[in-house]
Amino acid sequence: MRIDCNAFLGAYPWRKVPGTSPDTLLQALERTKIDVAWVTHLPSLFWRDPTEGNAWLYETARKQKRFRPVPTVHPGLAQWEHALSDAANAGAPAVRCDPLYLGLEPAGGAMRVLAAACGAARIPLLLAVRLEDGRQRHPNDQVAELPAAAVRALIRSDADVRLLVTHADRAFVEEVHFGSTPEEARRIWWDISWIWGPPEDHLATLLDTIGSERFVFGTGQPLRLPETSVAKLDLLEIERESREAIESKNLQGLLA
Amino acid sequence: MLVDVHAHFYYARTPRADWRERNESRLTAGDKIGITAHVASILGTFGLTSPTYFPSPRDVTAGNDALLALQRAHADRIRGYVCVNPNYTDHARAEIVRCLDAGMIGIKLAASRRADDPLIDPIAGLARERRVPVLQHIWQHRRRDWPGQEASDATELCTLARRHPEVVFILAHIGGGGDWLHSLHAVADVPNVYVDLSGSGVDGGMLEACIASAGVNRLLWGSDITMDSGWAKLRYLETLLSTDEIALVRWKNAARIFPPGAFPSD
Repeated sequence: MRIDCNAFLGAYPWRKVPGTSPDTLLQALERTKIDVAWVTHLPSLFWRDPTEGNAWLYETARKQKRFRPVPTVHPGLAQWEHALSDAANAGAPAVRCDPLYLGLEPAGGAMRVLAAACGAARIPLLLAVRLEDGRQRHPNDQVAELPAAAVRALIRSDADVRLLVTHADRAFVEEVHFGSTPEEARRIWWDISWIWGPPEDHLATLLDTIGSERFVFGTGQPLRLPETSVAKLDLLEIERESREAIESKNLQGLLA
Repeated sequence: MLVDVHAHFYYARTPRADWRERNESRLTAGDKIGITAHVASILGTFGLTSPTYFPSPRDVTAGNDALLALQRAHADRIRGYVCVNPNYTDHARAEIVRCLDAGMIGIKLAASRRADDPLIDPIAGLARERRVPVLQHIWQHRRRDWPGQEASDATELCTLARRHPEVVFILAHIGGGGDWLHSLHAVADVPNVYVDLSGSGVDGGMLEACIASAGVNRLLWGSDITMDSGWAKLRYLETLLSTDEIALVRWKNAARIFPPGAFPSD
């Protein structure tokens, strides 16, 4: 069983990206032997009200059992709690909020309230550190990357919130993990999409120093080739149980 | 056959205490991926006693010596680019002659001098005489100067390539940072510039754009410092290209531009 917790549907505003339709994403899942993808509606991440993409997302996920919807919540909008309720009612495995794309302070009051609400609702909160390499972004794409300090602040802000952080590199993961108490660190999961394999062996190092139980399989597709995360695992010297945990079982802990 | 046209190794005179582990990791991963030849460079002392991208002549020589030793120790799978700093013209030319005579198969230009600068011409002239390719470090669309390097971008490399049409230039790591689409537009009509697919970037659409711009006859597979992303790109290319086309990218294009006999069975 392989679950991609970090996938998107729909067009990206800053460059042409192939494979953004539900059908082509399914083809990519087949190609890379991914059983299930947690999907977000990509265009609406850039809308003033990103929740306007959620209805399409729910409808698309209803039609395709290999998709699980990860809707966006905007805690700066009135009645945002409805989006969280909708997610719970739809059986969404997580909700996402990328505060800097929404013009929110990444660990400001609105985000802390959202973290507390996610904790109370027992729904994990997904945040991306970045969507693209900062060196290649469109000149007008000026949104800052999520700072590690914000993740530390959010995990401390509520005792029940669980965070799934995607697109983090080794330094980011280490800063947050070792800058948190063991109890706090146990409520954060990291996808492997932005962590380097050999010869630098950042992923192998993190699995050794932090533990495989904190890491989950994610790709960032179709913005990034999903083959990369599979190749990282194929290049690891890793027990089958640990690989299975990363590919699917650790997400069960996130959802518990 | 699979030729990695963009590899690096480390040695004792670098800041990397883990240099042995990194070298071993590259070779082990290479075995898993099926790499037949790692064509590598060492950039001076990688910052220990002079900057990585502005290596002193002494450090250039030390790095090249270390690579020659690795090439001798792993004659079956390591090949070398001689790295030079073009600001020291006499040293650079002498180092190229010395290292090519010792068995290296290409020239590596990092970011010590802009690619379109006249100081690169004597090096290109030697590349033509010795019939070896030049791997040029590239910042894909450099919009400003970045600290620590005098990086070139594709337009500057293409200016150099047009001045030296008999020399093959390799545009380094198309996925190594920056706007790769800018580079691909620049190289489209410059037949002596090949595109090295290495780099950590694995953007959806990038490989399709490489094929559309340079064509499969000018694509070279490589990894640089992220072999997982290199393997991923290879796996994806295998779904885009025919068997004959993928063989070009895997090794046949490399065998065509490096000196005859550079690889075990070319």
